[in-house]
Amino acid sequence: MGKVEPVLHPNPVVSDHLVKENKLKQLWTVFKKDKLAVVGLVIIVLVSFVAIFAPFLAPYDPNLSHGSKRLLGIGTPGHLLGVDEQGRDILSRLIWGGRSSLLSAVLPIALMFGVSLILGLVAGYWGGKIGEGIMRLLDVLFAFPTVLLAIVISAIMGAGLVTIMVACCFTMLPYMTRVVYTSTVTEKTKEYVEASKILGATKFQIAFKEVLPNVISDLIVYSTTLIGVAMVLGAGLSFLGLGVQPPTADWGKMTSDGMKVLTIGAPHVATIPGLIILVVATSFNWLGDGLRDVFDPHKRTQ
Amino acid sequence: MLTYAIKRILAIIPILLGVSFLVFSIVYLIPGDPAVKILGQAATDEAVAALREELGLDKPFFVQYGIWLADILTGNLGTSITMRIPVESVLIPKLINTLILTAGSLAVCIIFGVLIGLLAGLKPYSWFDRISMFFAQFGANVPVFWLAIVLMWILSIQLGWLPAFGMYDMRTEGSVLSTLQHLILPSIAAASVSLAVIARLTRSSLIDAFNSDYVKTFRAYGISERKIIFKHAFRNILSPIINMTGLQIGSLIGGALFVEVVFSWPGLGSQIYTSITGQDLPMIQAGVLFIAACFVIVNLINDLLVAFLNPRLKH
Repeated sequence: MGKVEPVLHPNPVVSDHLVKENKLKQLWTVFKKDKLAVVGLVIIVLVSFVAIFAPFLAPYDPNLSHGSKRLLGIGTPGHLLGVDEQGRDILSRLIWGGRSSLLSAVLPIALMFGVSLILGLVAGYWGGKIGEGIMRLLDVLFAFPTVLLAIVISAIMGAGLVTIMVACCFTMLPYMTRVVYTSTVTEKTKEYVEASKILGATKFQIAFKEVLPNVISDLIVYSTTLIGVAMVLGAGLSFLGLGVQPPTADWGKMTSDGMKVLTIGAPHVATIPGLIILVVATSFNWLGDGLRDVFDPHKRTQ
Repeated sequence: MLTYAIKRILAIIPILLGVSFLVFSIVYLIPGDPAVKILGQAATDEAVAALREELGLDKPFFVQYGIWLADILTGNLGTSITMRIPVESVLIPKLINTLILTAGSLAVCIIFGVLIGLLAGLKPYSWFDRISMFFAQFGANVPVFWLAIVLMWILSIQLGWLPAFGMYDMRTEGSVLSTLQHLILPSIAAASVSLAVIARLTRSSLIDAFNSDYVKTFRAYGISERKIIFKHAFRNILSPIINMTGLQIGSLIGGALFVEVVFSWPGLGSQIYTSITGQDLPMIQAGVLFIAACFVIVNLINDLLVAFLNPRLKH
């Protein structure tokens, strides 16, 4: 099979179905060019797979203590990444820990995706008193450094996985809404909106049928990057003891547990989970950058 | 300029009111009787009743808020539950320590961020540029608490170059040199995220400036490269750098909260952390209020500075 060149200007006679397929292929061709984005996607898929199938992939029960093997180092036979301060296999805990770390980052962003889209569109398109009200309310949330707001929410709700997710929702919502708001305000002045108005479309129709498809790509790109941010934030809250409670494995909590044995010569216990957080969070960043190229028509035609 | 400044200063009043309202509501958002929460489950009924009256819990919600706000504005932040002393006497020294740490990390991120960005931007795609930008890629997502642990392990536990805990030695308490030594590692850790952001911005702004028409014109006139860089290009990229630095203050403060816990730095972050563990509500409220107020004021200063430096941004 020869290499298929992407069709940049599809023949207008071909069927809709074919055009759609070509468009996807074309987008993939653009995405593929960004090597880091592909690396990011591969890492995310791999880590998600491992987390989902943790019961089948983890070599040991993550909470099982191998008593006498406490604090064994990396590369110990039978324990690839060593053993922690309570004699538990670090690799198994990493595999299981991916569940809470991924869930506490992806779910809040997914939930807030819809909320921020509506709030941003309403504030940006309708403006007026409602829009003003929404944006002033967000200003108050912006007045807290992200971590502090998350800590306040955790203090109110008590420690737990749900707490971390709620904290992530509230801290990420203002940023996501502002992205939608800014794009909406820009789109509002464009010609197609004027045209729809002249054709007699209602405000609701224009906002949700015309403007929405044009602002959603910005939000998709931004949200992907924010998943990485939320993951680091959630891990930080777990690190402070505000997240999942022991003995459940969690990357942030593993780091703080490992910190206690840092001074007695077992640096791997604290540093491995943090390194994983860094790599996975950065992968979401790379994926976001790749998606930006895909959605940016100027880049696409280059 | 003056009207902008006045407008901008007035705009923080509703924000601060909103912040104070949210902080005040913390007590009521926690399920259960606030008086019981404050005194603990072991409190006697009389004590709870006395505190309910003292706190004015029998009054309507908004009246309570008004009284609380008036107290705060007159400098009465309440009494710590665990320490039984006025909150402000604990928090003000801690606030100063946090500001010292934030100032340290601000210095690190500006000096090294701009320096690395300039060196990388002057010679794009050189080995220095590639290496520094590779690390800067990760910078935005580095978990600060993890970096703090890594730095502590390498530079203080393994090499013994810098102290790992606290703000000064027990023997030389209060010595400036000792505090500076203790400040280095926490500052670097707290600055990491912002340092990466500023380095990337400086690099890209410098490259943009070099490709701009005014630099090309200067070159055509034969003005020396050094003069172009420091007298013209640098002045033009200064404004976006200052703006970005201002936006990073939140991340610096947030970073400081984690770093304080790792390095046992006696600041607001450690205090809020301890207070959450001890359910010391007045302490949490006042601590959060302090940090949020600082943050709002720093943002204000930044906006005014940016407007002052760049007349085009006045509106």
